[in-house]
Amino acid sequence: MSLLDYFRAKKEPTTAVTAKERLQIIVAHQRGERDAPDYFPAMKQEIIEVIRKYVQIDSDQVSVQLDQNDDKLSVLELNVTLPEKP
Amino acid sequence: MAQIIVVTSGKGGVGKTTSSAAIATGLALKGHKTVVVDFDIGLRNLDLIMGCERRVVYDFVNVINGEANLNQALIKDKRTSNLFVLPASQTRDKDALTKEGVGRVLEELKQEFEYIVCDSPAGIETGAMMALYYADTAIVTTNPEVSSVRDSDRILGMLQSKSKRAEEGLEPVKELLLLTRYSPTRVATGEMLSVADVEEILAIPLLGVIPESQAVLKASNSGVPVIIDQESDAGKAYSDAVARLTGESIEMRFVTEEKKGFLKRIFGS
Ligand SMILES: Nc1ncnc2c1ncn2[C@@H]1O[C@H](COP(=O)(O)OP(=O)(O)OP(=O)(O)O)[C@@H](O)[C@H]1O
Ligand SMILES: [Mg+2]
Repeated sequence: MSLLDYFRAKKEPTTAVTAKERLQIIVAHQRGERDAPDYFPAMKQEIIEVIRKYVQIDSDQVSVQLDQNDDKLSVLELNVTLPEKP
Repeated sequence: MAQIIVVTSGKGGVGKTTSSAAIATGLALKGHKTVVVDFDIGLRNLDLIMGCERRVVYDFVNVINGEANLNQALIKDKRTSNLFVLPASQTRDKDALTKEGVGRVLEELKQEFEYIVCDSPAGIETGAMMALYYADTAIVTTNPEVSSVRDSDRILGMLQSKSKRAEEGLEPVKELLLLTRYSPTRVATGEMLSVADVEEILAIPLLGVIPESQAVLKASNSGVPVIIDQESDAGKAYSDAVARLTGESIEMRFVTEEKKGFLKRIFGS
């Protein structure tokens, strides 16, 4: 590390910091999927079908995630990206 | 009781074969009767790293198919006593491995050996699944880099759901992190994930940190597992990892930047 880098480093987060933040999100998502109950994929599919009755969407526009906060409480998070109005 | 250890990663080229060869050799050097098994069917490489490629006659698939018995296929290491190699087939594909066949061969190896080290192929398909299915311990080989860490996490998911131990509700496979190709200098400049970062994300115990090292290429060029080169940083780091694997507690080395002179630090190198 040179003298210049010492000053530069202060300004913006390093790429390693960015990498870590991205990984934390990806890994949390992956773990959410694999800890999900067996009915989860079917339920997700049905939710998509219901939305499709009203709006035309692709399945990758829907993210359904189950977050287990503790033993008593889990949160079902549903995110739908709707197409722009024509 | 024999222990089955899988060296696995998901991502390719992170150092599984290098690590399998080093760790198996290290265990044998400590006096444990050890066999290292190449599960990379069709892309045999372990024999080269172990330096026994010219002595391969029969392979793992031959044994599974009953075309040869174990003693015909096992290659005794010339350098290290207590060490044997079971090479992969060069001509078949991964479907030649069946759960039943692999189980039968591993069961037979368990009668003979204290440690059975399984060098997994990359990916999450049949070959990798077969390598991890019977494992007692998994050495999750990871580079400090985003795709490798993500794939390691996927492999952890497999170990927790698809292994024999998971399927049968036994005690879970023991998961250990081996961080390879680590460059303390690049960590210091913020270009590379640190040991602590990767530990925090994967949340499994750390078996060892192997530095990025020129000794690894030198070792593979000459077909000598890098752990034999005890002058080298990588060789020493693998020895430490083996010691930890057998229950010793040893401080991590090669995780911080070597001290540079004052001028070098100010003006860069
Ligand atoms: N610590 C290290 N320092 C420098 N180079 C390394 C290190 N570890 C591994 N390598 C190099 O990385 C390359 C891949 O290593 P290796 O074959 O062991 O990986 P692998 O995970 O078995 O690959 P595959 O997924 O193809 O089986 C090799 O060229 C090897 O020499
Ligand atoms: Mg390999």
